[in-house]
Amino acid sequence: MAQAATAPKGGGTLYRGREGMWSWVAHRISGLLLFLFLFAHVLDTALVRVSPEAYNQVMEAYKNPVVGLGEAGLVAAVIFHALNGLRIIAVDFWSKGPKFQKQMFWGVVIGFVVLFVPFAIRHLTNVFTH
Amino acid sequence: MTATTDQTATAATSAKLSPYKRFTPTRGNFELWSWVFMRASGILLLVLVFGHLFVNLMLGEGIHAIDFAFVAGKWSSPFWQVWDMLMLWLGMLHGFNGVRTIINDYTEREGTRWVLKTLLVVATVFTIVLGTLVIFTFDPCIDPNSTLSVCTK
Ligand code: HEM
Repeated sequence: MAQAATAPKGGGTLYRGREGMWSWVAHRISGLLLFLFLFAHVLDTALVRVSPEAYNQVMEAYKNPVVGLGEAGLVAAVIFHALNGLRIIAVDFWSKGPKFQKQMFWGVVIGFVVLFVPFAIRHLTNVFTH
Repeated sequence: MTATTDQTATAATSAKLSPYKRFTPTRGNFELWSWVFMRASGILLLVLVFGHLFVNLMLGEGIHAIDFAFVAGKWSSPFWQVWDMLMLWLGMLHGFNGVRTIINDYTEREGTRWVLKTLLVVATVFTIVLGTLVIFTFDPCIDPNSTLSVCTK
């Protein structure tokens, strides 16, 4: 394992404080956040079963910059979580996965930018100009 | 392989905890299947969630178009009812399993663990049942001003 014998730049271990660890931390925080959001999202959507007015009132109340930024944050969380989830699956099932986990992490970062930037432009234009 | 052939006198207790004996009869393969489920549901969720976000937030007017009429338009079609139901079930069960792992990792006392997991089970079952009922008992025509074709007939 020549790979494992090479100490990483900046000392420390191969894992701690590096791409592997930080992607795990971000995956865990984003997953927890998405779960809490999904709970709230099912509750607010359930208002369609109460009355059209009740639902529309709450949707109207969401139309402000604070909630708009929160929505962008949630989309950022789900994009990262989903792409990094694919990376985890590749590490588990692809024979070269563990060897390329770092490169795949940077792939996740690039994919994140490609998907999130167009969304953020679209969404934040909506939020701040209407 | 038998775990008992090379046991020494001191190993009487470690036989139970032997790292080589992965499958203890009492726990079954639950953790293996939940591991498989996390990966399978993750891939399905990727399609379901990204499709959901694209249709609701990118197409048309984006988020400002979301009101009762928008939901009624989608849920008058069985396609979106089934889509949203799958997303609800898979999302909640995937999240449930993920949060269960997080609770197992950080709680130290049995009591805390029990309380948090009970809350988690209650919240998960409640959300799945409520969401499923809402999707399938929803009446798109309760809005008297509805212009949907299913309502104006
Ligand atoms: C959009 C597509 C998604 C993909 C591809 C995906 C993929 C994954 C994968 C592969 C894992 C690792 C499981 C393991 O280590 O055994 C995971 C963990 C997790 N996911 Fe997802 N997931 C997705 C969406 C979601 C959603 C919508 C939620 C919230 C309801 C969620 C919540 C979690 C949680 C809480 C964890 C546990 C994190 C941990 O143990 O550190 N995920 N996900």
